Amino acid sequence: MAFTLTINGQSRTADVEGDTPLLWVLRDTLGLVGAKFGCGAALCGACTVHLDGAPVRACITPVESVGKKKVTTIEGVGKTSVGARVQEAWKAVDVPQCGYCQAGQIMSATALLTQKPKPTDEDIDAAMNGNLCRCATYIRIRKAIKVASGQEQA
Amino acid sequence: MDGEILRDPTRRFVLKTGAAAGGGLMLSFTMAAEGSAAAGATQVNAYVRIAPDGKVVIASKVPEVGQGIKTSLPMLIAEELDVDWSTVSVEQAIADTKIYGRQVAGGSMATTLEYDGLRRVGATVRALLIQAAAARWNVPADSLSTERGFVIHAASSRRAGYGELAQAAAKLTPPDPKTLTLKDPKAFRIIGRSQKSQNLDAITTGQPTYGIDTRLPGMLYATFAKAPTYGAAVAKVDLAPAKAVKGVRDAFVVEGGTNLQSIVSGVAVVADSWWAARKGRDALEIQWAQHPTAAQSTAAFEAKAAQLAKAPPHRTAYNDGDVDAALKSAARTVSAAYSYPFIAHANLEPQNCTAQVKDGKVEIWAPTQNPEAGRGLVAKALNVDPSAITIHLIRGGGGFGRRLMNDYMVEAAVIASKVDAPVKLVWTREDDIQHDFYRPAGWHNLTAGLDAGGALVAWKDHFITFGEGETFNTSAGMNSTQFPCRAVANYRHDISVMPLGFPTGYLRAPGNNAFGFVIQSFTDELALAAGKDPVAFRRELLGEPRLLGAAGERESFHTGRMRDVLDLAAEKSGWGRKLPEGSGLGVACHYSHMGYVAVVMQVTVKGGSLKVDKAWATVDCGRQIINPKGAEQQVQGSVLDAVGAALHQAITFENGAAQQSNFGDFPLLRMADAFDVEVHFKLSDNNPTGLGEPAYPPAPAALCNAIFAATGKRIRTLPIGDQLA
Repeated sequence: MAFTLTINGQSRTADVEGDTPLLWVLRDTLGLVGAKFGCGAALCGACTVHLDGAPVRACITPVESVGKKKVTTIEGVGKTSVGARVQEAWKAVDVPQCGYCQAGQIMSATALLTQKPKPTDEDIDAAMNGNLCRCATYIRIRKAIKVASGQEQA
Repeated sequence: MDGEILRDPTRRFVLKTGAAAGGGLMLSFTMAAEGSAAAGATQVNAYVRIAPDGKVVIASKVPEVGQGIKTSLPMLIAEELDVDWSTVSVEQAIADTKIYGRQVAGGSMATTLEYDGLRRVGATVRALLIQAAAARWNVPADSLSTERGFVIHAASSRRAGYGELAQAAAKLTPPDPKTLTLKDPKAFRIIGRSQKSQNLDAITTGQPTYGIDTRLPGMLYATFAKAPTYGAAVAKVDLAPAKAVKGVRDAFVVEGGTNLQSIVSGVAVVADSWWAARKGRDALEIQWAQHPTAAQSTAAFEAKAAQLAKAPPHRTAYNDGDVDAALKSAARTVSAAYSYPFIAHANLEPQNCTAQVKDGKVEIWAPTQNPEAGRGLVAKALNVDPSAITIHLIRGGGGFGRRLMNDYMVEAAVIASKVDAPVKLVWTREDDIQHDFYRPAGWHNLTAGLDAGGALVAWKDHFITFGEGETFNTSAGMNSTQFPCRAVANYRHDISVMPLGFPTGYLRAPGNNAFGFVIQSFTDELALAAGKDPVAFRRELLGEPRLLGAAGERESFHTGRMRDVLDLAAEKSGWGRKLPEGSGLGVACHYSHMGYVAVVMQVTVKGGSLKVDKAWATVDCGRQIINPKGAEQQVQGSVLDAVGAALHQAITFENGAAQQSNFGDFPLLRMADAFDVEVHFKLSDNNPTGLGEPAYPPAPAALCNAIFAATGKRIRTLPIGDQLA
C-alpha cells in the first residue's frame, strides 16, 4: 500500500508493504542511501535516522509505524543548525576511516547535542554507545562532538 | 569530493576515454560534478588528468576500505607533480592490472610498493609539462622550473599553467621514470602534512559512496541462502513460498562447487527490493544435504589440541642449538599454554556486490580488496574470458582482510547471469558472521629456560594449528623466525596440525594478530620469573642493535629499531610510575608487516570490571609518514580493534556451523569502552612501510600484561570474557 512520509521536509510516497523497515524504504524505494544497513537488529546504529528529532533505528522501524512523524536522514540533517555544526566538526576533525558508520554516528550525535548542547563524557558514552564503529574511530567521534558543542577546538 | 561510484539514475554520467599508459584504452565512469570540476581535461597518463584551468584529477589505484590509501597514494603523485593539493581531486581507478599493476589492499604493502613508483609517476608528468613549455618557448628544458602548477622560465619571467600545457604534454614521449630526480624530502609540501580523507563530504552528508549504495537503472535485489554447515548442498527446497512473496521476481537453486572462495550451493531470491528478497528467503524451508564438516566443533578441536599437546610434534619447523639440553641446565624453566579463538572480520558494511551480465560481457561493482582474484573466479564460474569482465572498485565499508576473498562477487555474477537485469546482492549480518573466512584458532605450548642471571637461554613452542601434512589452512601457519628467534641460542619451533573443513582467511595482521599476544605475554612471564622489569627484560633480550636474518628479507628483524620504539613507549607512558591499587601498566612490542611497534597500556580492574585507561603506541615504519593524521588513525584504530577482539570476540562451532550470528553474540568495541591512544612515530632511515596492520599485534599482549600488573591474574586464553569476574 502507499505510505506518504515527510522526509527532510518533503512529502514522499512509497508503495510498499507495511512491514517494510523504514531503512529499506529510504534506500531502495526512495534512493536515499545515506542511512546504512549494518545488522538489521538495532545492534549497530548504522541506520540511525530521526523521527520528530529523536534517534531511531530505521532497520527495525516498520514504515507503517512512522505515521505523521517527520523523518530526518543524514541527507537532510544539515538543514538544522545543530546537524550542520556536527557535520562540519566531523570534517574538521576528519573522523572517518572507512566511514560506513558515520552517517549513523552523526545522526546520534546531532540528537544528543539538540538535547544537551554541552554533553559530558558520560553523556557521550550513553548517547553514542549504540553506534558501532568497526574501524574504532571513537577517539575522533568524541572529539568531534566536543568541537561541535564548542568545548574543544578541532 | 568525488563520487565516481555514484549510480543514482537521477544523476548524469560522463563516460571518459583516454589513452592510458601501456597503450590500453582507459574507460571509467565518473559523476557529473567531478567531471565538470575538471571539464575538458587532458589525460596525460593513466594516473593524471589536467583541465585547462589547472585542476588536476589523480587516479588512486588501490582499493579503499578505510586504510586511507585513496588519500595517501595520490599525495605521492601530487607532490612530485608539484601542484597545490587544493587543486587535486581524486578518483578511484578501475581494476586493470595491465595499466596499474598490483591493485590489492592487503599486507600493508601499498606504501612499501608504491612510495617510489608513484612519486615517479608525478615526476614524469611534471617532466612532460616542462618539455611542452620548453618547446613552446624554444628554451632548454633545464632552464625551466615548476611551482605549484606552473612551469616557470625565470630568465624571461615567463610562466605557463599546467592546464595550458597539458594537451601538448600528453603528445610527447615520456622520459624513463628511473632517470628522473625526485624532490629532496625537505622540499615536500604535501607529503608529511596531514591531508583530509577523500570522500569526506560524501560520507558526512550521506551521498552514495559504498558498494552497497550502488544503484543501476532496472536493478533488482538479491539474497543468497547457504548452508549453515560449510559446503553442504541444497538437498530439497520448495521455491513456491518465496515466489509468493510480493515483489519477488524469481527464486532458484544455484549449483555450487567445492571451492569455498568461489560459489557454493545455495538458493537465490531476486526481487524488486532487498526487503522483498529477504522476506522471500525467510519463507523458504531448505533441507541441506549431509556434509562431512558437520562433525566439526570447537569442543572437538579443543580436545584434539589437548591430545596433540601431549604427543610428540608432527614436525620441527625450525631448530637452533639444543633446546632440550639448554632447558636441562637452565637455572629456571617456565612453561605455559596459550590459545586464542576463531574470530570473524565483521566489516560494518555487509558483503555485497552488484553485477550485470549482458551480451557476453560482465560488469561488476564491488567493494573488494583484491579485484584480480575475483576476476579469475568470476571468469571460471561464468565460463567467460577474464577480458570480458569489468570491475569497478567501490569504497568498502571496512576491509580487515575479509574482502581479499571474493565469494560475494562470484555469487552476484552467477545470480546476475540468470537474470535479465543488473542485480545487487546484499548479505545479511547473519550471512556475514556465519560465512566468513575466519582468523584461525591456535594453541601454543611454550617452555623457556633462564640462566642464573635471568637471561633467556632456551625457547620452544609447540604450535598446534590447522592443516594437513606440511600444508596449513589459509592464515593458519606461522613463520618460525618470530622474535626471540635468532636472539636466543637455543630455539625450537614444533608444529602439529589437525584438519579443518571450513574456511579461514586473512584478518588484519594475519598470524601476527595472535602470535603477538602469545609471544609477548609469555615474554612477560619470563620477565617476572627473572625478577626483572618487563621493559628492562625486553631491552636485554633485544641486545645490541643488529639485524637478525638477511638484509632485505621481510622476516628479518632489527633489534635496534624495536629497542628504539620500546624506549619511546616507556618514556611517553611514564613507565615505572606508581599507580593506585587495582591499576597497572603493561607493555608489548612486536614486528609485523615491516613495522616495529611498542604499546604500553594502562588498565584499572575494580570488582572484576576492566577499564582501559589509556594506551601509548610508538611506531617505526620508516623515514617518512605520508599523511600524519591518517597514520595516527590507523594506529589508534588497530589498537582499539585488537582490544575489542581480545575482550569479547570468539566464533565457536557446533555441527560444522558458526554459533554466533550478529553483534549481540559477536560484540565489537563500543564508545564507552574506547580509550585514548597516544601515538608517536619514531622516524628511522628505512623505506616507508604500511600502517594498516602492524599496530594490532602488540595491543592484546599489552592489555593482558597490564591486567597482570593490576591484578596478578595472567590471561593465557582469549577472549578475556569473564575471566576477571
